[in-house]
Amino acid sequence: MAQHTRKGAQFQSVTANRLQDGIVVYLTADGRWSESLQDAAVAEGKEAAEALLAKAEPSVADNTVVEPYLFEVSPENDRLSAASVREIIRQAGPTVRPDLGKQAELADAQC
Amino acid sequence: MYRYDEFDHQLVNERVAQFANQVARRLSGELTEDEFKPLRLMNGVYLQLHAYMLRIAIPYGTLSSRQLRMLAHIGRTYDRGYGHFTTRQNLQFNWPALKDVPDILKDLASVEMHCIQTSGNCIRNVTSDQYAGAAKNEIEDPRIISEIIRQWSTFHPEFSFLPRKFKIAVSGTPDDRAAIRVHDIGIQIVQDGAGNIGYEVYVGGGLGRTPMIAKKIADFVPKEDLLAYLEAVMRVYNMYGRRDNMYKSRIKILVHEIGAEEMKRQVDAEFAEIRKAGTLHLPQEEVDRIQAYFRPPAFETLPDESTELNKAVLADTGFANWVKSNIAAHKIPGYAIVNISLKPIGGTPGDCTSDQMDAVADIAEKFSFDEVRVTHEQNLTLAHVRKKDLYAVYEALKAHDLATPNINLITDQIACPGLDYCSLANARSIPIAQRISERFADIARQHEIGELKINTSGCINACGHHHVGHIGILGVDKKGVEYYQVTLGGAADEKTAIGDIVGPAFTEDEIVDAVEKVVNIYLDKREAGERFIDTYRRIGLAPFKENLYATH
Repeated sequence: MAQHTRKGAQFQSVTANRLQDGIVVYLTADGRWSESLQDAAVAEGKEAAEALLAKAEPSVADNTVVEPYLFEVSPENDRLSAASVREIIRQAGPTVRPDLGKQAELADAQC
Repeated sequence: MYRYDEFDHQLVNERVAQFANQVARRLSGELTEDEFKPLRLMNGVYLQLHAYMLRIAIPYGTLSSRQLRMLAHIGRTYDRGYGHFTTRQNLQFNWPALKDVPDILKDLASVEMHCIQTSGNCIRNVTSDQYAGAAKNEIEDPRIISEIIRQWSTFHPEFSFLPRKFKIAVSGTPDDRAAIRVHDIGIQIVQDGAGNIGYEVYVGGGLGRTPMIAKKIADFVPKEDLLAYLEAVMRVYNMYGRRDNMYKSRIKILVHEIGAEEMKRQVDAEFAEIRKAGTLHLPQEEVDRIQAYFRPPAFETLPDESTELNKAVLADTGFANWVKSNIAAHKIPGYAIVNISLKPIGGTPGDCTSDQMDAVADIAEKFSFDEVRVTHEQNLTLAHVRKKDLYAVYEALKAHDLATPNINLITDQIACPGLDYCSLANARSIPIAQRISERFADIARQHEIGELKINTSGCINACGHHHVGHIGILGVDKKGVEYYQVTLGGAADEKTAIGDIVGPAFTEDEIVDAVEKVVNIYLDKREAGERFIDTYRRIGLAPFKENLYATH
């Protein structure tokens, strides 16, 4: 399973790609998948993160998503942001095509 | 150009039906991702950062207008209205949905195209010279043997599970525009003293984390024996190539470890065995059949000078600049080769919208015998245009933002998709290329600098060919921050060289200034008539290194 998070990360969320169309999605607290990072469940600490990742397994088994993994997030001012450049780009879309991806498709506050 | 026969049609249609079934079984859950992944990769479907990516094979970079229109249609219907031409002369779509891929493959099959062997540990799409059939000093059209290799290698059962992927490139002229020395096998078409055509064979070239220049192991393989010889190389690699470590599994590592002499000895021994069996003798009638597809088009008898062209050059400075950099000499009097830059100032190297694809298809149909070439430097080529039509072609291209006059100049850069799209990347490539392009946008300055190739890769896998850029830029990740390492003196032509690392990496904010400094050092040190690479070869790394880091 892919691992794109920092070892000592305090806050982590789970992301994956949707099987049907490959679109980036985030695991929510109630076990659904949202296209918006702002809906993602946040786990604090290693154990909580592993438990959150385990919650993704049924969605792999029922073919909703592929390749779920943990990544580091920063919850600041009621807004979640990804820590790495890679995850910021996955969340928003290509930096060279602001007209494409979630940065264009989702309302700004939802991205 | 080559047209499918009944076997090609059957083979591709069967594969489309097979993969459609596999996609349906994956979506229904009958296949797990672990079971499906190798199957989708065999059909060119990757999972990237934002979505799936579909890689379409363009054999030796040759497309008909009809095929290009179909690519435009697919981009518009199933993707986001654009595609990306790659350093493998292929096209990638960045946003297809998995559920749509079977329909895309059906559309491709309707114009004799597919995605077979664009991924996986097999012999990939054969690449070649975009000037095939048009270059002045061509010994033989390299597409003939490229097509024969394509047919031989397609679904070859012995070579479907190699230690690693395998890339073959063919050049028909002494000037290498196909980068054959950085391929697993490079084939140089040659002629002996008696006028017989044969092949020099280079093996073990490649880029990636361990860049190597291929070693020549055969000076003259006779035409009828080429497939037998290639099969001998493949067998030695298949037997001794490492399967225990993917970073050491390419043929370049095998050749490096046992040495070119030993590689040659083993290939020759295998070749002798194959020849004894006599099963792989290439029949002349089959060569003739393939050759007929690449017969020269019906060229007109024209004077080499065109008064229309000369007048237009004098009247229109923009056109004069375009002629100066984007036009190459053709072997037939009165004709020219037109290079279409996919590197507009500040644009994404290799990207082409569906509307632009349609426009190029129309222009090719009207002015260049219905045919388009894709270059490994991520541009397009119209191989056969009458000189008297050049102005009309320029005007038509200009209307679609396709007349950037910068071929081989500093803004004609190679860049991989990088971290904007690619799940393997460590850093972004495209924005760096865009900012360099903007910095050097002035056309007079570009001409003053002359030929200079900047290649950028977003990771060590080197899809952006940074090792062989005159200036190479490699994106690296340092604790989540993008840095860029610079190499100098690389080249991918007949004098192939791997660039030298100049020193510590630069930040994103520093890299464009660093490139400009390198250019200024070259301008300061160059002697009359020298290109960047000539100056570098004369003075070496030291003056660049000293000055580049002087205030760094």
